[in-house]
Amino acid sequence: MGIYILKRVGAAILTMLLIITITFFLMNAIPGSPFLTEKSTPQMIELANQKYGLDKPLIIQLKNYIVSYLKGDLGTSLKMQEGTSVNDILFHQGKFQLSIKLGVAALVLAIAVGIPLGCIAAYRRGTWIDGLLRVVTTVGVAIPTFVLATTLLILLAVKLGWLSTISGSLEDAKSYVMPVISLSFYYMCYIAKLMRTSMLDAINQDYIRTARAKGVKTKWIVLKHALRNSLIPVITYLGPVTAGIITGSFVVESTFAIPGLGKYFVQSVLNRDYPIIMATTAVLSAMVIGMNLVVDIAYKIVDPRISLSAKED
Amino acid sequence: MAEDNKKLLEVKDLAVSFFTPAGEVKAVNGISYSLGYNEVMGVVGESGSGKSVEAYAIMGLLQSPGRVIGGSITFEGRDVLAFNEEERRQFRGNECSMIFQNPMTCLNPVYTIGNQLMEALTCHDSGISKDEARNRAIEMLEKVGINNASKRVDQYPHEFSGGMRQRAMIAMALITRPKLLIADEPTTALDVTIQAQILELMKELQEKENTSIIFITHNLGVVAEICDKVSVMYAGNIIEQGDVNDIFYSPQHPYTKGLLASMPRLDAEGHERLIPIEGTPIDLLNPPAGCNFGPRCAECMKVCTRMKPPYAEMENGHRSACWLHFMGNKGKEDE
Repeated sequence: MGIYILKRVGAAILTMLLIITITFFLMNAIPGSPFLTEKSTPQMIELANQKYGLDKPLIIQLKNYIVSYLKGDLGTSLKMQEGTSVNDILFHQGKFQLSIKLGVAALVLAIAVGIPLGCIAAYRRGTWIDGLLRVVTTVGVAIPTFVLATTLLILLAVKLGWLSTISGSLEDAKSYVMPVISLSFYYMCYIAKLMRTSMLDAINQDYIRTARAKGVKTKWIVLKHALRNSLIPVITYLGPVTAGIITGSFVVESTFAIPGLGKYFVQSVLNRDYPIIMATTAVLSAMVIGMNLVVDIAYKIVDPRISLSAKED
Repeated sequence: MAEDNKKLLEVKDLAVSFFTPAGEVKAVNGISYSLGYNEVMGVVGESGSGKSVEAYAIMGLLQSPGRVIGGSITFEGRDVLAFNEEERRQFRGNECSMIFQNPMTCLNPVYTIGNQLMEALTCHDSGISKDEARNRAIEMLEKVGINNASKRVDQYPHEFSGGMRQRAMIAMALITRPKLLIADEPTTALDVTIQAQILELMKELQEKENTSIIFITHNLGVVAEICDKVSVMYAGNIIEQGDVNDIFYSPQHPYTKGLLASMPRLDAEGHERLIPIEGTPIDLLNPPAGCNFGPRCAECMKVCTRMKPPYAEMENGHRSACWLHFMGNKGKEDE
């Protein structure tokens, strides 16, 4: 297990290097400059480029990024909060924390509702409950988040006036309602669909028949014997989704005026704030890679047949 | 062995149908038999003859669209078909256990063997302590010939070989000391050498624990090895039943004769050819009006195509459903 994790970390570092390199060149391929405004003259841009080292050859710039990342320094913002260190912007201004709070709440809701719904649909397959859930989950997967978010906003905040249109910094429980539902609904429906399929597969297995023949209660057949065997596809899905969801959603954060990381990331691209683009991409990919490692270890916990060491060679 | 007159299980005119979109499939079409305490009955027949379905009906394991549509199943005087859900659950695994064909897939891969054995105990007796259940599990694994049972009990099914898993299945089925064990082709998926070991084990346990067994198989050799009496099934009917010796030494039904003739024998002289039963089983969606075996029977007469044959009773409970017993040679002259 230890060796396995070490190897995975080694591979992760390589992957990160690759991602940083590709992002760097893609970013530089976009026309424009962080210092380009209606008022700026070519001289001003050149001066600013010199100040921040943007006049150096690309390969040197890339090297500088990598070297400073290795030291844990994510650079300095060029535009959006000029002169502020990116470390401060990401981790000390509450943006990331806000996105994590929102993301974790949405994730918990999606799992806590999606998995039971999938189980119920599978266990009552062919009945009206299954039919109803199929319609709801299909709609949920098909509906874009911005449609759901604005519908909720119009309905609950504008028409009924129950909730505030601005969720802001999520200071009270009420402000969570709409953003969490909007963010989690798609994932909830997707998890329910995944769960239904794999649960159906599991309850037709021979060992379920054995459990019934033993006289195990139906409740335990589903909760003990079928559930654990059908969790693998859901876990696989949850890995990258977790990373994506807690690093913030642009649509939800914009709709409900939440100053989170997702919104900031998109703004940084629009503003060509290179160090912020690079840093957010690096943080996000590190999380995806980390979650994938967590997923692989979770496999091992759920299914003892899966051997992590076998993957080493 | 079969001296005891008290009946453990009595099945009367049991009929099971599957209601498929294509129509009603009469998988079991009115079968009757009884099983005494400490008795081993073989149920023989080819694939699709309804032998497993009949067992599932007893266990209450039939899945939609399958349904018992007629007849009765009586277990120690109680009507099994009238059980409510909880009574049926208590019956399953406690009074009547079942083992299945493929030990590779019948154990849950994500729980230890011990966990699954203990579950068989705890789901019928919530008062049993964890330590006691564990000790019983280890004891039972030792009984079925698993070495180092106290260590093996914590292993997962994938760490067991096929034969070992079937031993574990048997241990799991017998841990509650059921009065009846239904074994649905328990040796079919195993190597021949392992088959012999498992049969030996089942025989030994049957004698030790006085469990009655319904042994479902398509292997006549297995039947001869272990059973007291035999029911031969074809297309949802029992076409012949009787004492194991009667069935083997004086088979009456053409199908039983055909089965025996298609079986390789060690005492065969020279290079005797095996005689197959020609044709394929009937389509259960559209069964013929007459004898189900008629279309494949070399001795088929006119009456066989029109009417179902009744049983001809012979000595010692031996009976066979064939018109030949009633017609003698007259029927043939008709044609």
